[in-house]
Amino acid sequence: MTPLLQVKGIEKRYGARIGCTDVNFDLYPGEVMGIVGESGSGKSTLLNCMAGHLEPDAGQVIFDTRVDGPVDTVTMSEPERRMLGRTDWAFVHQHARDGLRMSVSAGGNIGERLMAVGDRHYGDIRDKAIDWLGRVEIDEARVDDRPSAFSGGMQQRLQIARNLVTGPRLVFMDEPTGGLDVSVQARLLDLLRGLVREMGLSAIIVTHDLAVVRLLADRLMVMKNGHVVEAGLTDQVLDDPQHAYTQLLVSSVLQV
Amino acid sequence: MSEYNFAYLDEQTKRMIRRAILKGLAVPGYQVPFASREMPMPYGWGTGGVQVSAATLTPDDTFKVIDQGADDTTNAVSIRKFFENTARVATTEETEKATVIQTRHRIPEAKLREDQIIVYQVPIPEPLRFLEPRETETRKMHSLEEYGLMHVKLYEDISQHGAISTAYAYPVKVSGRYVMDPSPIPKFDNPKLEMDAIQLFGAGREQRIYAVPPHTKVVSLDFEDYPFEATKADHPCDLCGAEDSYLDEVIMDDAGSRMFVCSDTDYCRSRREAGHVGQLAEENAA
Amino acid sequence: MIELIDVSKSFTLHNQGGVVIPVMEGASLKAEPGECIALTGSSGAGKSTLMRVIYGNYLAASGQVLVGGVDVAKAEPRQILSLRRDTLGYVSQFLRVVPRVPTLDVVAEPLLAVGCDNEAARGKAAGLLERLNIRERLWTLSPTTFSGGEQQRVNIARGFAHDYPAMLLDEPTASLDAQNRETVLSLIEEAKHRGAAIVGIFHDLEARERVCDREVNVSDFTPGLAA
Repeated sequence: MTPLLQVKGIEKRYGARIGCTDVNFDLYPGEVMGIVGESGSGKSTLLNCMAGHLEPDAGQVIFDTRVDGPVDTVTMSEPERRMLGRTDWAFVHQHARDGLRMSVSAGGNIGERLMAVGDRHYGDIRDKAIDWLGRVEIDEARVDDRPSAFSGGMQQRLQIARNLVTGPRLVFMDEPTGGLDVSVQARLLDLLRGLVREMGLSAIIVTHDLAVVRLLADRLMVMKNGHVVEAGLTDQVLDDPQHAYTQLLVSSVLQV
Repeated sequence: MSEYNFAYLDEQTKRMIRRAILKGLAVPGYQVPFASREMPMPYGWGTGGVQVSAATLTPDDTFKVIDQGADDTTNAVSIRKFFENTARVATTEETEKATVIQTRHRIPEAKLREDQIIVYQVPIPEPLRFLEPRETETRKMHSLEEYGLMHVKLYEDISQHGAISTAYAYPVKVSGRYVMDPSPIPKFDNPKLEMDAIQLFGAGREQRIYAVPPHTKVVSLDFEDYPFEATKADHPCDLCGAEDSYLDEVIMDDAGSRMFVCSDTDYCRSRREAGHVGQLAEENAA
Repeated sequence: MIELIDVSKSFTLHNQGGVVIPVMEGASLKAEPGECIALTGSSGAGKSTLMRVIYGNYLAASGQVLVGGVDVAKAEPRQILSLRRDTLGYVSQFLRVVPRVPTLDVVAEPLLAVGCDNEAARGKAAGLLERLNIRERLWTLSPTTFSGGEQQRVNIARGFAHDYPAMLLDEPTASLDAQNRETVLSLIEEAKHRGAAIVGIFHDLEARERVCDREVNVSDFTPGLAA
């Protein structure tokens, strides 16, 4: 089986400071990988390098494209990379306002990716938007409301709908549950789990919340100071951490 | 007034603007940046159009200026006088006789010819501005032909008003490539954007010039199930009886009675001179 | 089906002065298809640790942990994931589920994961819940709100939903009444009958004697405890 994503020797420096370095892994179709680490560990830098938002200083991010097979997305042309970003890739931001157009209705937000890939039938676009509102548990009566009138949890679900409407194969998520109430988090996680299974999505989730990765991720990568210090099966890394930093991280979680 | 250079601007500036115009004609619909000059009028009064006209006019030209289709409004009169003073070119109110027409918010009803140039005053040249405020991002969207966002605006129109309510500055795709703001002309005028004359667009404050060469394909954006419609008030002109021209609605008194008249004053006048009579004109004559 | 060869396990506590605690040495055992092995030994001898090493939840320090031909001690995460999906079942003592998911879906999930169609999966799940006396009106609710005994039975139903060729059972009959205990024991017997290799921890002596073919004393693998 060909990996969906092969990350090879990714490095990003900010001057003399290391953003992330020597990151290598393969992600297979249907796999969900978590990246954990404290603030400043380089996990968001890594995510942005992989998603094409930052240009890495070294390394390859090879994606198995539908038409041409595995292609290095770091060296592919910008139009091709942006096209991937609208079709086979999706990016869920921590803050919904970074991933939504706040002045555009919920339906327009969901429809944008469809129109970006050439859908030109209003009725079809609207039907798909309403279908997706239902899938992320937002009342279809809200289709013409702007996201500024939505709660934080609804905004985040709308962002997910907007991203998944074109049936991407790989979803990047940056702290998708950050800043949400615990009860809203649980609902969102449940929803994401369902969508990941149902659509056969592969996902890379950056978070500092170990409960989130235990619930969502098959695999885990632990980062510290820009380096991957430990990687493996999620429950193995969390229950039998090998590296000093992972042990500290796991033992630092507050017990309820 | 011998102290003014021909058409106010110095020759170097006109050369710079002509280069921008030529580039604009070579890449239809592409917004060419140019070093817009201070003009002796405020922004929003046609500083972009005036600079393009100044760089386009020759001493042999006949110049016409319209504002909302009319030759006799403040903006039109002052710009016409400006070039009478600084270029001493002939001016006219007749579309047929003009070689260069500067316009704000309208395209004349009469079909323009290959030997004519029409210059549009543009307030905001960027059609994507409404939804994407970052200039760096809109430039990238143009260069990569990512125009999905333009349809989001039309989608919003339909979802909120049941139809595409954008009535002016209706976005078009030029020559199958660039999406362009045709300046705030009514969408009734959009079909006329495919014409025989040269079309030049000048945005002074935003420092952009763009152009549509003669016989260029210009398509108004729409949805399959909500096709583009060039709408106008469903009424004939009350003065000349024209059924095919774009109309202004004029409130007549405090009781709310109203009349519809051609917004193109020259078109209306020439029709009346040819003997056409509208409903109100008949009543007045009676 | 399940074979351990000279497996050791130790914990290194980096944050407590790098203390290394060896918990298992020279662990070897073999469970053939249709065979049930009981792990015995005093509390703390490492029965649960051994089970976790087999499941891949704990990383073996050395040796081989072969399940269905895959060496769990060295396998890639995705190999272990596919092993857990298709081959190796684990009934733990505690039910761990996502909130809000209905009981019937919780039980049917392992079947859906191996590609069973929705109707058949739910049918089988319903049958198991019925055998384990979970009232039908609870099926649409999340088990997170159930009593401890009910959760344990849901957990067992889930563990036996897919016919795994290899199974790990951690005190499957603990805290069950006589009737449900009987049901669980027959589920184990049925699994053996269809050829599953089972390794389990049974504190319930009677149950152990009824379903287990052999015992392996984990104390033999405990450093410092072995005779």
